[in-house]
Amino acid sequence: MRNVGIIMRRELASYFATPLAYVFILIFLVLANFFTFSLGGFFERDQADLQPFFTYHPWLYLFLVPALSMRLWAEERKSGSIELLMTQPVTLWEAVLGKFLAAWLFTALALALTFPLWITVNYLGKPDNGTILAAYLGSLLLAGGFLAIGSCTSALTRNQVIAFILGVVVCFAFVLAGFPPLLNLLTGWVPQVIVDAIASLSFLTHFESIAKGVIDVRDLLYFAMLIGFFLLATSIALDLRKAN
Amino acid sequence: MIKTEHLSKRYDALVAVDDVTFQVGPGEVLGFLGPNGAGKTTTMRMLAGFVTPSAGRASICGHDIESDPLAAKASLGYLPEGAPTYGEMTVRSFLDFIADLRQLEGERRRARLDYVIERLQLSSVLEQTIETLSKGFRRRVGLAQAIVHDPPVLVLDEPTDGLDPNQKHEVRTLINEMARDKIIVISTHILEEVNAVCTRAIIIARGRIVADDTPVALAGKSRYHNAVSLQLERADQLEAAREAVRSLPSVAEIEVSERDARITALPRAGATLLPALSELASRQGLKLKELHLESGRLDEVFRTITA
Repeated sequence: MRNVGIIMRRELASYFATPLAYVFILIFLVLANFFTFSLGGFFERDQADLQPFFTYHPWLYLFLVPALSMRLWAEERKSGSIELLMTQPVTLWEAVLGKFLAAWLFTALALALTFPLWITVNYLGKPDNGTILAAYLGSLLLAGGFLAIGSCTSALTRNQVIAFILGVVVCFAFVLAGFPPLLNLLTGWVPQVIVDAIASLSFLTHFESIAKGVIDVRDLLYFAMLIGFFLLATSIALDLRKAN
Repeated sequence: MIKTEHLSKRYDALVAVDDVTFQVGPGEVLGFLGPNGAGKTTTMRMLAGFVTPSAGRASICGHDIESDPLAAKASLGYLPEGAPTYGEMTVRSFLDFIADLRQLEGERRRARLDYVIERLQLSSVLEQTIETLSKGFRRRVGLAQAIVHDPPVLVLDEPTDGLDPNQKHEVRTLINEMARDKIIVISTHILEEVNAVCTRAIIIARGRIVADDTPVALAGKSRYHNAVSLQLERADQLEAAREAVRSLPSVAEIEVSERDARITALPRAGATLLPALSELASRQGLKLKELHLESGRLDEVFRTITA
């Protein structure tokens, strides 16, 4: 665990050594607020909650998170620093986890910086802060799921652009699986069991139930297993391809 | 002790390393020579635990690289080919990161960091990011990273590549200093380096070991071993000298370079040429600029056995 911490700290510091961190946070905050006020109709709804803010998170993350995760391993492989890292006395798993946690902590920071919205809604009315907290947790888990997928696609290639596009495509599939228009399209001619199975794989289904303030163990388990699965896939991909 | 037994690496149809077996003990500096693509880097990557062997085994200080990789890596200092590092980090934060991973703490950590910074002359660039450094500095940062934990075994892939002659000399001095109590494997294609630092050389071609000996013994395999080279002061004596040298019974063959009026005489097996040639020169009244005995040419041996 000591090594996980060391690798995580180095990775996190490297975000802030380049403009990447600041650009990412800025774009994240601008877009999050745009979605909330413009598309979400925060004021027009006349309700003291942050639902218009959280509803758009899956779509916001769809492009922003793969942009963050694309460099995780692709850059290490391109620059050759992966050889340096993997010949230190660390296990592959420690490296995968350390880098993932650094990216996750970074998105947690970006998410935390949306606190003015929370202050605003508390100033304007009396929202259910428990629900808001649950939704923040759900959003963080959602970001973790996207990041784990992005970590895996980044391990597959040394080209960051390919890692990004692959990441978006896989994440999109996981979002779309629970998108009502798509599910409606399937209902009727595909057995309901299969429609439910597809929907149950989706980020949307699990995220939305947590965002409503219902913290169900199954939803937490879903995200934990999804992250675990894609991190495992990351380490397998690295083990097979690291030296190529 | 580094030990490999029948170490092999195949990539689909390509055999990169083919049945390589050797041992290196304390005090030895092993030079790994071979043309580009011969399998030097792949072999070193397997020793360092970065590439998994397809067959065979290897161990570092008794720790098998596959069954006990962390212990093997802990006893090893490794400089990868091209000395990759994290470009966005400063030299200081990079060395701190490595010291953390190498579990250096307290007084020893400070002393080791001070030592490598001083020894590799990095103090002037400590606060610079690595990507802004020259190739020579980057290579030295890579070397600092490899020796900071004072490992018993060093594997250095082309440690002097990209350095200027002064820096090369510095790094060779450092390797010679460390050679007393360490096991060192370096790869290079600079043959003078083998004479300068190695106690033993392995030549590898197409993934196989084709020679394994001391640099002196390897040079002894050269057709120039015990050859005598003489350079004339006056080019107009070259024709006469050529005939006279050729007619000596102990001379097997001669090579003439008209550009600098030089004749190189290669001996018949077991024959010594120097006394006969110097006697010939005084008898014929040849004015000599230079007369010397060759111990053999490593580059010629290298070309012969790797071609």
